[in-house]
Amino acid sequence: MSTYAQKKGFGATVWDYLTTVDHKKIAILYLIAGGLFFVLGGLEAMFIRIQLAVPNNDFVSAGLYNEILTMHGTTMIFLAAMPLLFGFMNAIMPLQIGARDVAFPFVNALGFWLFFFGGIFLNLSWFLGGAPDAGWTSYASLSMASEGHGIDFYALGLQISGAGTLMGGINFLVTIINMRAPGMTYMRMPLFTWSTFVASALILFAFPPLTVGLFLLIFDRMFGSNFFDVANGGNTVIWEHLFWIFGHPEVYILVLPAFGIFSEIFATFSRKRLFGYSSMVFATVLIGFLGFMVWAHHMFTTGLGPIANAIFAVATMAIAVPTGIKIFNWLFTMWGGSIKFTTPMLYAVAFIPSFVGGGVTGVMLASAAADYQYHDSYFVVAHFHYVIVGGVVFGLLAATHFYWPKMFGTMLNETLGKITFWLFLIGFHLTFFIQHFLGLMGMPRRIFTFLPNQGLDAGNLISTIGAFFMAIATLILLINIVITSVKNQKVGNDPWEDGRTLEWAIPSPPPFYNFKQLPLVRGLDPLWIEKMEGKKGMTPAEPLGDIHMPNNSFNPFMISLGLFVAAFGALYREDYNWGVLVLIVGMGITLLSMFVRSVKDDHGFHIHKEDLLNDDDKGGKA
Amino acid sequence: MASEQTHSGNPRVDIEYRKKKSAEEMRYQIVSFSMMIFLTLVAFIAVGYGDFSAWFIVPFILLLAVVQVVFQLYYFMHMSHKGHEAPALFLYSGLLVGLITILAFMTIIWW
Ligand code: HEM
Ligand SMILES: [Cu+2]
Repeated sequence: MSTYAQKKGFGATVWDYLTTVDHKKIAILYLIAGGLFFVLGGLEAMFIRIQLAVPNNDFVSAGLYNEILTMHGTTMIFLAAMPLLFGFMNAIMPLQIGARDVAFPFVNALGFWLFFFGGIFLNLSWFLGGAPDAGWTSYASLSMASEGHGIDFYALGLQISGAGTLMGGINFLVTIINMRAPGMTYMRMPLFTWSTFVASALILFAFPPLTVGLFLLIFDRMFGSNFFDVANGGNTVIWEHLFWIFGHPEVYILVLPAFGIFSEIFATFSRKRLFGYSSMVFATVLIGFLGFMVWAHHMFTTGLGPIANAIFAVATMAIAVPTGIKIFNWLFTMWGGSIKFTTPMLYAVAFIPSFVGGGVTGVMLASAAADYQYHDSYFVVAHFHYVIVGGVVFGLLAATHFYWPKMFGTMLNETLGKITFWLFLIGFHLTFFIQHFLGLMGMPRRIFTFLPNQGLDAGNLISTIGAFFMAIATLILLINIVITSVKNQKVGNDPWEDGRTLEWAIPSPPPFYNFKQLPLVRGLDPLWIEKMEGKKGMTPAEPLGDIHMPNNSFNPFMISLGLFVAAFGALYREDYNWGVLVLIVGMGITLLSMFVRSVKDDHGFHIHKEDLLNDDDKGGKA
Repeated sequence: MASEQTHSGNPRVDIEYRKKKSAEEMRYQIVSFSMMIFLTLVAFIAVGYGDFSAWFIVPFILLLAVVQVVFQLYYFMHMSHKGHEAPALFLYSGLLVGLITILAFMTIIWW
C-alpha cells in the first residue's frame, strides 16, 4: 500500500505510476509525457525548417506542411510547454510551501491522465486520415472548411486535455491558499510558488472561454449547428475573440512560471536575497491582471475599428511596465552578488537579453498601425519564438538542471549541460533573429515554400542551420540524462549548496510524505535564515505524529480513458453506425468510474509515529 | 448545531455564544429565503401580468437577479464570514473577466 522504498519489479513500478496520487510521481509523469511531446513537436519543427531550407523545395507537400505546422504549434503549446511546467509545479511548489501533497491528490492524477489521453487522441489523427491543418489558432473560417476529421481531432483532443489543465490549475490554487506550513504567509512565499499561483488563476479564467469556443466548433462540425456559418447567420469572428480571450492569457500562463523559475535561480546563484521581492510579487499579479485586457492585439487587422484598436494597443503597451520592473529586479539581484555560473544560471543570464528582444518586438507589434505591416509575416514568428523559446524553453531547460537533483536525487553533468546551453543559445539566435528580417522583407507566415532570388534564400538557410544546432543540443541533453541515470550517484539535501527555500531542507528525492514534521517558517527564504544562524535544517513546527496519506487509485486513468473512447464515438458518429454506440460506451466508462469513486469510501492510511522514527536514516526531518 | 458538539478541541468554547450566533444565522436565512421567493414572484408578475414595456421589464428583472445573487452568496454561502476572502476575490475577478467579455462582444462583434 505505502511506497516505502522496497525494490520493486518492472510491472509493479508501472502499476505504481498508473495509480499514483503522489505529487512527486505525477510530476515525473508530466515530465516524461511532456518531454515526449516536446521531442515530437521538435521533430515537426525540423521538418518545417527542412522544407523551408531552400526555395521551391518539395520535401513535404503543401497540405502535409499545413498539418505539420498546425501540429507543431498545438503540440508545443498544449502538450509540451504547459505540461512540462506543470511537472515542475507539481514537483516543487508543495515542497516550497511546506506541504505534504497538493490539496486534491486524486484530482491531480485525474488532471494528468486527461491531459495525456487528450494529447494521444490529438496525435492519433496522423494515422487516422490526417492531422488538423488550420493552424494552432484554428480560425473558424479555415477550420469549418477543412475536410476530413483533422479539426475534429483538434477540437475533441484539446477539450479533453484542457479539462485536465483546468483541474490542475484549480488544485494548485487551493493548495497554495490552504496548505502553507506554519509561518508561511503569502508575502513569504518563494516566487516560483507565487507565479504558480498567478498562472493557475489565469488558467481558471482563461480555459473556460476556450472550452466554450471548442464546444461551438464541435457542435458546428459534428452536430449541425451554425455558430460560425456565415451563410446561416453565424459569425466567424466570435471564434477569434473566444480563442484569443484564452490565447493571450495562455502566453502568460507559460511565461510567468518561467519567470518564477528564473527568480529562484538568480537568488540562489547570486547568493543574495531576490532584489525587490514585493515589487516582484506585485508585478506578477499585475501582469496576470492586465493579461486579460489585451487579447484583441492579435486581431488588429480583423477590422475592429480604430477605437477598439487604440484601446487594446495602449493596454498592451502597459504590460511592458511590470515586465520591465522584473527585468531590473533580476539585474539588481545579480548586482554585487557572488555569482556562480552553473548551467541553470547560464540559462537565466542568457534569458534576459533574449526575452528583452522578444519584448521589444512585442511593443512594436502592439502599435496597431504598424502591425498592419508586421501581421502574418515572419516578423511575428520571430517575435513569439523569442518570448516562447527565449523565455519558456530556456526556463524549462534551466529548471531541468536546477531541480533534477531534487526530483531524482542525481546531478546532471555540468559539462554536458554547458555544451547543451551554448549550442542551444547559438542555434536559437541563428534560427530566429534572421526571421525578423525575412518578415520585414515580406515573407508571409504559414507558407510551405518560397521562390528563389527574392532575397529570402540566405536567411532561410541560416534559419534552418540554427534549428539543427538546437536539435543537437537537445540530443546532448537526452544523453546527459541517460548517463546521469545510469551512474546513479546520489546527492544530499542541498546539492547546489546555496539552496534558500524549503525544498532544499529535505532529502533528494524527498520521502513520500515530504516532511516528517511540518517546518516552522520564520521569513522569506526560510532555509537561508536557518543557515545564517548556523543551523543545519528547519525547526519543526509540530511534534512527531501520525501522518495521514491518500491511497493510490486506478480510477483517474479509467475516467480519462472513458472520455478518450467517447471522443472516437463523437468523431465517427456520422460515418459509421457504431459511432453512437462507442460514444455511449465511453461516457458509460467515465460515469461508472465517477460513480464508484463517489460511493466507495476511501479514508487513506496512516503512517505511524514508530515507523517514522525508524525512518531516521532517510533523514526526512522537517 | 444545537447539540453540544463543538468540532473544537478547545474546552473553553462558549457554547451559549455559539447557540446564540446560530440562532441569529438561522433567522437571517429564513428572512432572506422568504425575500427570495417574494422577489421571484415579483419577477413573474412583472413579466406575466403587468402591462409594462420591455424597456422597463428587462432592466427590472436583471436588477432582481442581482439582488438574488447577493442573497445567495452572502446569506446562504456565508461569504460575509471570515475566511472567505479568497473565494470572494476569485468570484469578483471571474465576474470582471466575464463582464469585459460581454462588453467586448456587444460593442465590437455585434455593433
Ligand atoms: C525550438 C525549436 C523551434 C523551431 C525551430 C520552431 C520553428 C517554427 C516554425 C518554422 C514555425 C512556422 C512559422 C510559420 O510558417 O508561420 C513555427 C510556428 C510555431 N511555433 Fe515553433 N519552433 C520551435 C519551438 C517552438 C516552441 C517551443 C513553441 C511553443 C512552446 C513553438 C510554438 C509555435 C507556434 C504556436 C507556431 C505557430 C503555428 C501556427 O502558425 O499555427 N515553437 N515554429
Ligand atoms: Cu497576446
